[in-house]
Amino acid sequence: MFRLKIITPDRIFYEGEADMVEMSTSNGDVGIYKNHVPTTLILIPGVLSIHQDGEMKEAALHSGFAEILLDQVTILAEAAEWPDEIDVERARRARERAEERIQSHASDVDVARAQLALRRSLVRMKVGH
Amino acid sequence: MATMREIKRRKASIQSTEQITNAMKLVSTVKLQKSRAKAERTRPYSDMMYATVNHILSCTDQIEHPYLQSGKSDKKGIIVVSSNRGLAGGYNSNIVRLVQSSGIASNDAVLYTVGKKAREALSHRGYTVVKDYSDRIESPEYADAMEIGRRVMQDYLNQEIGEIYLVYTSFKNTVSHEPKMLKLLPIEAEQMEAAEEQEDELSMSYDPGEAEVLDKLIPLYMNSLIYGALVESLASENGARMQAMDAATSNAEEMIDKLSLQYNRARQASITQEITEIIAGANAIG
Repeated sequence: MFRLKIITPDRIFYEGEADMVEMSTSNGDVGIYKNHVPTTLILIPGVLSIHQDGEMKEAALHSGFAEILLDQVTILAEAAEWPDEIDVERARRARERAEERIQSHASDVDVARAQLALRRSLVRMKVGH
Repeated sequence: MATMREIKRRKASIQSTEQITNAMKLVSTVKLQKSRAKAERTRPYSDMMYATVNHILSCTDQIEHPYLQSGKSDKKGIIVVSSNRGLAGGYNSNIVRLVQSSGIASNDAVLYTVGKKAREALSHRGYTVVKDYSDRIESPEYADAMEIGRRVMQDYLNQEIGEIYLVYTSFKNTVSHEPKMLKLLPIEAEQMEAAEEQEDELSMSYDPGEAEVLDKLIPLYMNSLIYGALVESLASENGARMQAMDAATSNAEEMIDKLSLQYNRARQASITQEITEIIAGANAIG
């Protein structure tokens, strides 16, 4: 068991113990247990799962980074949401908008940004259900 | 000596002003509590962000990175945070004065303004405002900071501006707020306080690599600083307004007291005069 702290700009999202935490990084999904080598990871929009005593909590996490120490993990995210805080309908509309933007091939569309927005909305929809 | 009616009219006018200033004081007290709580909630995030960026910079020397070197452009981008409304004492003029005394010539500066007051004052003094975000200061959200950060960062990477500064009012406590100027980019390692010695025997590793982590981290770092500046400025604005209105209310009370005294004297004088006239009249008849 290690200490887990998730901080967003407007609140302390989660503070407590966890056996394992899963998240999406720029190099793929990872699961972190106690006594991991101290590492700083860059997070991309994805599902965060906190495993503790056989129970699992899920949340949507949007870009940030995680600092992993032997007995402590601190996650700084620009936004984080529990399933009941997610507006699935809004996420669906955001997905449609992002898909339109990506498919439009217009020169003024920032594809990387649209893809990130698409990813965010997909994560929201997945966690929100 | 002013007549009774004049004094009365003046007193009534000051009384209604006092009502307004008092109401504004109460409103800004409530707003201050809210915005202050918001400013304090964001502190763990920005502290942690600062510590991490600091740590990476201290253990990775000599990275060639655009965020760490001055751009080619001579233009300097300044994000100026003020308020949309006045009657807050010296709050807005302090910000304007700080920008003017910063040593950046007005034709070298490119402003990104949040808050109507500083925008009007500075564009009047010959500064160029390229983007205005004044509608965001009423209730700043993190998304607003992200938007400002993205725009400023884009201009920096496109070499339109060579340096980025942030001017805001830092909130210490209810009575003390200090206008501050912060250099956001390029980050100078020396300007950061030396990181504390790590007690861990294992040193931190960065995945995918220091430069990449820095690349992703700096925008997050900037956004958190901008967000912090927005919420702290809002708290300071309400604090400054509360103080200004408190002073105005007590001045009004003082004036009302003085005028009441004058009014009573004038009343007394007029009664005395009337009596004297009646007695004089009665004597004349008798």
